Amino acid sequence: MFEILGIPPQALFGQMLLGLINGSFYAMLSLGLAVIFGMLNIINFAHGAFYMMGAFAAWMLLAYLGLGFYWALLLAPLLVGSFGILVERTMLCRLYRLDHLYGLLFTFGLALVIQGLFRQEFGASGLPYGIPAEMRGGSNLGFMFLPYYRGFVLAASVVVCFGTWFVIERTKLGAYLRAGTENPTLVQAFGVNVPRIIALTYGFGVALAGLAGVLAAPIYSVNPLMGSDLIIVVFAVVVIGGLGSVLGAIVTGFGLGLIEGLTKVFYPEASSTVIFVVMALVLLVRPAGLFGREG
Amino acid sequence: MPHDRSAASLLSVSALNAWYGESHVLHGVELDIQAGELVTLLGRNGAGKTTTLRAIMGIVPARSGSIRYDGIELIGLPVHRIAQHGIAYCPEERGIFASLSVRENLMLPPRVGPGGLSLAAIHELFPNLRARQDTAQGTRLSGGEQQMLAIARILRTGARLLLLDEPTEGLAPVIVQLIGQTIRRLKADGFTILLVEQNFRFAAALADRHLVMEHGHIVDMISGSAIDSNMDKLETYLGV
Amino acid sequence: MTVEAASLSARHSGQVPGHHQITFVVMLALLTMAPYGFYPIFLMKVLCFALFATAFNLLIGFVGLLSFGHAAFFGFGSYLSAHAAKVWGLPPELAILSGVAVAAALGVVIGGLAIRRHGIYFAMVTLALAQMIYFFALQAPFTGGEDGIQAVPRGFLLGVIDLRNDLACYYFVLAVYLCGFLLVYRIIHSPFGEVLRAIRDNETRAISLGYRIKLYKLLAFTLSAAISGLAGATKALVFQLASLTDVHWTMSGEVILMTLLGGLGTVFGPTVGAATIVTLQNHLAALGSWVTVAQGGIFILCVLVFRRGLVGELGRLLGNRQF
Repeated sequence: MFEILGIPPQALFGQMLLGLINGSFYAMLSLGLAVIFGMLNIINFAHGAFYMMGAFAAWMLLAYLGLGFYWALLLAPLLVGSFGILVERTMLCRLYRLDHLYGLLFTFGLALVIQGLFRQEFGASGLPYGIPAEMRGGSNLGFMFLPYYRGFVLAASVVVCFGTWFVIERTKLGAYLRAGTENPTLVQAFGVNVPRIIALTYGFGVALAGLAGVLAAPIYSVNPLMGSDLIIVVFAVVVIGGLGSVLGAIVTGFGLGLIEGLTKVFYPEASSTVIFVVMALVLLVRPAGLFGREG
Repeated sequence: MPHDRSAASLLSVSALNAWYGESHVLHGVELDIQAGELVTLLGRNGAGKTTTLRAIMGIVPARSGSIRYDGIELIGLPVHRIAQHGIAYCPEERGIFASLSVRENLMLPPRVGPGGLSLAAIHELFPNLRARQDTAQGTRLSGGEQQMLAIARILRTGARLLLLDEPTEGLAPVIVQLIGQTIRRLKADGFTILLVEQNFRFAAALADRHLVMEHGHIVDMISGSAIDSNMDKLETYLGV
Repeated sequence: MTVEAASLSARHSGQVPGHHQITFVVMLALLTMAPYGFYPIFLMKVLCFALFATAFNLLIGFVGLLSFGHAAFFGFGSYLSAHAAKVWGLPPELAILSGVAVAAALGVVIGGLAIRRHGIYFAMVTLALAQMIYFFALQAPFTGGEDGIQAVPRGFLLGVIDLRNDLACYYFVLAVYLCGFLLVYRIIHSPFGEVLRAIRDNETRAISLGYRIKLYKLLAFTLSAAISGLAGATKALVFQLASLTDVHWTMSGEVILMTLLGGLGTVFGPTVGAATIVTLQNHLAALGSWVTVAQGGIFILCVLVFRRGLVGELGRLLGNRQF
């Protein structure tokens, strides 16, 4: 068997796949953060908690109602998104006139409440959630082994990310969003119900986090704290990519996942910190971020 | 100042007050506009002309008084509901969106009533916009083209009352002329227009009536036919 | 960040208002007598966190920078001081100073990177960099990983005073706290502090007035980090333990909560907030995750209805004074 830089290709490509899987989650989560930030001017610290809620929703749908993975794929984002809309309409909407930092503090508090409640109810050890039967196993591609479910997660997140990109950049609804990001008052003066669009945007971004949670449930265990460290990495991704560009969020997410995967191969000690190091470097070289316009 | 409170008033504003935070900008504005009329608001900078338009549209932080449009009270309605009754606003800064193409900018405002201009009619009115409709960023257009786009996009929607804020500001004379022709054409088509202008020579040629604002309320009304005999008075008002 | 009482503080800048002196004397008297009514251990915990929150408030309240990574300075101050006392055998005052030094050095590095961005990006950058420090603490051998550094000797202050005595230790911690508190007070009422406030209120204007705001921000950040390190270093000696808890992001969240609850940009607020939260934690300790829920709930309440915080609201009730 040949080797690449002293690494067997199975290991190299396997880690690259794992990296891309992580990248899928980074991309979906930072995409949601970017969309929410565009309309609400709020960094949603609770995004990791909503991701966790998505995974728990999948687990609960199965455990309490006997509804399997595909139902969860549909219902969990709807549930989490509806909860998000409720939060936006009752509380978050009061903060738009204040400094953006209050939104960050509020959603941080919200994340603590959600995580605390789930931890109180389900403990911290984590609950198992099986891979759907059709997607167990995998196939040997020669240069690497591809577990079907991981391939599915990668494909699903690519479809979701580019679907979102398409809606925002190429449709009428997306035009409202882009215009609303620039000048919400004027868009509302044209007769568009901007408050409703804001609520739906938040709901959508949060549902995206919920969907990521469902996809993550069979890979990682379902755990009340599964989103809390992840959100910090996603913040770093967002700082690197900038919140101004949807495509930027997607590309940065997948790219950093890949970098992280490669680091696991070549220098495993740094794999948990490499994204932060990249962030520090980007701050030094290009303070506004790779796709950013803000200074 | 005479007020015609006849049933034909399309827009009837009374005792309108508006505030930006602590500062009280409008102090009891009274005005009536008949359907199909073209009325200008004249006055010096800071007299409250733009705020009057914004208050009618509902985009000031706080307002009180009464604004009746077509018999419906607008005070208390959310901004988008006001627009949906058939009022359209073209802001002084034009408000062209950089992240939208020219076509998307044009097609952005939703229809609020029947009888909006067709795309073909708009392109006939503003041939430049047809030529540049695929420009990816609306803000890449020249100032004059942006102004045309800003007016064009609210003509599509079927709104019957147009609030135009200084459409000629900073534009070359030939473009000012074109905008003047457009506004005349719109009046002929039956639009009701409330126009804020600094350039009152431009306004004088167009309007049925001129309302003069000072310190947040309306202090005088001059009919379009009487403009020549009132030139001295107007020049005093405007400080020209 | 637009602190609601911003306009109030400007009026008082430069001079020391009389009601601050009175409040300070009252606070000093209470703290001096406190060990006769409360457990010294509990009081020392309050004082360490009060100092930490006061240092944090220097940044958010007077420069308008929300750092979400202050646990890095608190935690590393505590690691270094524990390591110095236990492994190097340094006396407490030098152990604490080494903690302060490392926190200040970290502050220069993290602050230097973070001030390249503004607003929420600043918050995210500090959070991410602090997380990197956390992972470093998790992996570096000298921190003891999950176990932390345990059984740290309190030692003899200046070779004479036996800090193993809780009461002696308490008055030592009180002295440390007072030094930190007065230092921060001095900073915010100095010409330097006035520039910081000018940056907070209108950064563009401060730039146009010719201030090199990056330098001011970096200096404020470093001072805040150093004093946070002082708090952490002291805490490590008092509790004879430095652990991952002190460097985790939840600690950054707690210090924000203490400051927010007490009142952003107030002088005494962080201390009041810290006392409240530490008391709450003590009472709810048996209830497990409900502590987190309660803290999150307080965050939400503070942001939605109570943005001036306890001390800010009190000051408003007492005729728009700033405490």
